[in-house]
Amino acid sequence: MNIHWILLIVLFLSGPVWAGEARPLADDPVAEQRLKHLAVELRCLVCQNQTLADSNAPLAEDLRREVREMIAKNMNDQEIIEFLTARYGDFVLYRPPLKATTTLLWVGPFVLVIVGATALVVTLRRRAAKVVDVPVTEDEHRRVEQLLADGGKRS
Amino acid sequence: MNRFLLPLSIFIVVVVFLGIGLKLNPREIPSPLVGKAAPDFSQPQLFEPTKVFAPADMKGKVWLLNFWASWCSGCKTEHPVLMDLAKSGYVPIYGMDYKDQRDEAMTWLSRWGNPYPIVGVDDAGRVGINYGVYGVPETYVIDKQGVIRYKQIGPLDPDTVEKKIVPLVKQLEAQ
Amino acid sequence: MIPEIGHFALILALCVAVVQGILPIYGAAVGNSALMAVAKPAARGQFLLVLTAFGCLAYAFADRDFSVLYVAATSNSQLPLHYRLAAIWGAHEGSLLLWTLILTIWMFAVTLFSAHLPESTRSRILGVMGLVSIGFLLFMLTVSNPFERLIPAAAEGRDLNPLLQDPGMVIHPPMLYMGYVGFSVAFAFAIAALLGGNLDAAWARWSRPWTTVAWCFLTVGIAMGSGWAYYELGWGGWWFWDPVENASFMPWLAGTALVHSLAVTDKRGGFKVWTVLLAIMAFSLSLLGTFLVRSGVLTSVHAFATDPKRGMFILVFLAIVIGGSLALYAWRAPRVGLGGSFASVSREGMLLANNVLLVAAMGSVLLGTLYPLFLDALDLGKISVGPPYFDSVFVPLMAPAIFLMGIGPLAQWKKASVPDLAKRLRWAFGVSVVTAITLPIVMGNWTPLLSLGLLLAIWILTTGVVSLRERLAHVAGNNLMERLASVPRSYWGMQVAHCGIAVFIVGVTMVKGFETEKDVRMNVGETATIGDYMFRFDGAQDVVGPNYTAARGSFAVSRDGRETTLLYPEKRRYTAQNQIMTEAAIDPGLLRDLYVSLGEPLDDGAWSVRLYHKPFVDWIWGGCFIMAFGGVIAISDRRYRIAWRRQEPAVPAPTRAARRKVA
Repeated sequence: MNIHWILLIVLFLSGPVWAGEARPLADDPVAEQRLKHLAVELRCLVCQNQTLADSNAPLAEDLRREVREMIAKNMNDQEIIEFLTARYGDFVLYRPPLKATTTLLWVGPFVLVIVGATALVVTLRRRAAKVVDVPVTEDEHRRVEQLLADGGKRS
Repeated sequence: MNRFLLPLSIFIVVVVFLGIGLKLNPREIPSPLVGKAAPDFSQPQLFEPTKVFAPADMKGKVWLLNFWASWCSGCKTEHPVLMDLAKSGYVPIYGMDYKDQRDEAMTWLSRWGNPYPIVGVDDAGRVGINYGVYGVPETYVIDKQGVIRYKQIGPLDPDTVEKKIVPLVKQLEAQ
Repeated sequence: MIPEIGHFALILALCVAVVQGILPIYGAAVGNSALMAVAKPAARGQFLLVLTAFGCLAYAFADRDFSVLYVAATSNSQLPLHYRLAAIWGAHEGSLLLWTLILTIWMFAVTLFSAHLPESTRSRILGVMGLVSIGFLLFMLTVSNPFERLIPAAAEGRDLNPLLQDPGMVIHPPMLYMGYVGFSVAFAFAIAALLGGNLDAAWARWSRPWTTVAWCFLTVGIAMGSGWAYYELGWGGWWFWDPVENASFMPWLAGTALVHSLAVTDKRGGFKVWTVLLAIMAFSLSLLGTFLVRSGVLTSVHAFATDPKRGMFILVFLAIVIGGSLALYAWRAPRVGLGGSFASVSREGMLLANNVLLVAAMGSVLLGTLYPLFLDALDLGKISVGPPYFDSVFVPLMAPAIFLMGIGPLAQWKKASVPDLAKRLRWAFGVSVVTAITLPIVMGNWTPLLSLGLLLAIWILTTGVVSLRERLAHVAGNNLMERLASVPRSYWGMQVAHCGIAVFIVGVTMVKGFETEKDVRMNVGETATIGDYMFRFDGAQDVVGPNYTAARGSFAVSRDGRETTLLYPEKRRYTAQNQIMTEAAIDPGLLRDLYVSLGEPLDDGAWSVRLYHKPFVDWIWGGCFIMAFGGVIAISDRRYRIAWRRQEPAVPAPTRAARRKVA
């Protein structure tokens, strides 16, 4: 009931606005899209661990404003990122740039897989040569079942 | 090497790093601007808004640029240290009032004392961004050629002033 | 008085833990049955004591006893009872008590379900758990006492962080801790086996159900945390690769590897050494997570208030427990036998290859999480390692693992043939590839990642169907129902858990590929369309909650002119800490979530509003629950039930008498 009244009043007061399509928050949705694209990979400096896109800290708002202005000035992503790293260092980048100091970070995971795979293959080979098939025999399985059933007896 | 010792070795390395990590402050971000020319600006002065304050005027001097604000509690902690340093006359401290209300800033200075010969006003935080400020107070030591030599993140304390700032200033003055 | 009882109970628990950690292990070493018999009553006693302490803290919270520092710091008289109780684990001290309580719950469970274990093994297991418990009790009693008094008492509490005032807080931490600490059982089994030198197939069989249970809890715990972040933080993300999330994910990866590796050791006796190492690793990573959250070495949205003294304590504890176990491992592991032989291409081989990938993934998460710390410690600069890094490293590691996941269950133990597998999986592969390529095109947005995700999900499902069909062909039974019933539950468990992964992948892929969002400025009566849904903003009203005031927006959502739902997102101001929280409103659905969060009030009654249409997002958590459910089915398998059912009766009289005396 109430809602209807309110709606009716709103209808009268605001005329054409009523039931209109809401306006996007940003003046330039395309630029905003680019900002978002950039800001999700940038770190807010004052927050614990948030992206520039998610943070409401005043500095984050200022930096978003700067980035918007740079977008308006037609600077490309590379230039914008350089602007920020010149001031705050690589800390602002959630995607650490590949450098001498971050080589281990970027290749590490793949080295791990390669080393792991090699170790596995080598071990399996060596093992195959060494093992005289001592599998878990039926007998041992039975022993396990036995143990599981009444292990207390052995103690 | 015994391959069964490998996990233990890796773990020991990790523990050593974690131990060192306990002494580090993960929230302190070193500035890439140290060793580079101090970014230029030209900001209105706090007490005389018609005049501007620009680093170009400081050429040939060693000086400190201190970002502060009346709303910042760390600045209050730091304030007596700045007053003492200013009184000692080793080095002039110039202020930059960061994202503040002009009248509140002036009240703050008249109430607690003013260590700065000149205070610039950085209303929108743009100078702050150019200097890579991410939390006030922050203090820069700038040499005669206008190059940033040191950045203090967070409040200055007597110990830092005595052991880092003053010797550095003396050394820069001698150059 | 009550807090002092709690404090005293903790001191007593520490004494009991010391006894439990020393006598039974020594007894097992020298074969003294009376000393070994101490383990069980000590573990039970310790459980009761810690439970008492926990009860006392709960009472202090329920009673709003602000003379207890911890209560005053994390609750408030306006805070509703269920959140006051959840506030027990709302900060460092209390969450530590929860950790310890859960550790003793697991100990208690071990005493209940270990009648079939040889006494020496059981004593060692409980002894090791007692030793772990000593560390935590000592930690609480020295630098993190939840019962510390505040004199004079505070008039009012500082309140629980509003972020934590959520049903998620009531259930997520206990679940997560059940998982973390649950790995202590597998860990204790492994250490006990190393100590006793009896790493046989029975050891793997015993460890399996415990590990699976812990893994299920951890899976659910992580999923709940993720779901909570999704609706609470207000920007619709569900995983942020935050250090603390990583801290929970690493034990999960190691635990998942362990569950699979235990299967090899159980069935074929192979790779015992590796399995033991994984058991140590899973629990070590849980402890490492505890350290990361509480020491302040990494910045995270979740980190507790930190104190270097505490950091040092956990680090030393970590070094002793993990370092000690790894040293024991290095000493004892070389003597462990090899077990059955098998070819590289075999079920065993594939499970181990999967293990390599899972551990590499775990290692990458560890590397990414700690790398900024490494660089900083070496004074090589500060960097941030965030979601873009983890996403780009994780996908290439997991894709082959999931591909193998489809083949593994179809490969024979001991030796499988590649051409044979290829033949059996031909159509599954064909169907997966064709569907994965065409489906996104039909849906109107083809990207490589979308196709890859769908490929993996469909691959898991189709290979699952092939496997089930073959399985059914081999079991006895006259009709389909009988045959289905005679397939063992452990097999069903595996299939269900794997399907959970498929569901999870579908969720992740679809939401990444098709989600849409809009930031709009909405006046009363204005509409915004997203997906096929039209949102009409009907204005915002002020509402008053128990400890907050809020502006509550109302949105009428309709699709093709028919009303779907009403959504009421809120912007809350919590009075005690004067903190603003965004409470998103979500209309969940099987195929999509509609998500509205209120931004800021603008002029004349308008608000900035963020709208999301998130297809299949609930599949992410649904998949996790299905995985955990698979685990539950697996442990209800006949083999384990038989073992559980046979309790005590077989214990010979003298031992029993000895036990009674001690009890």
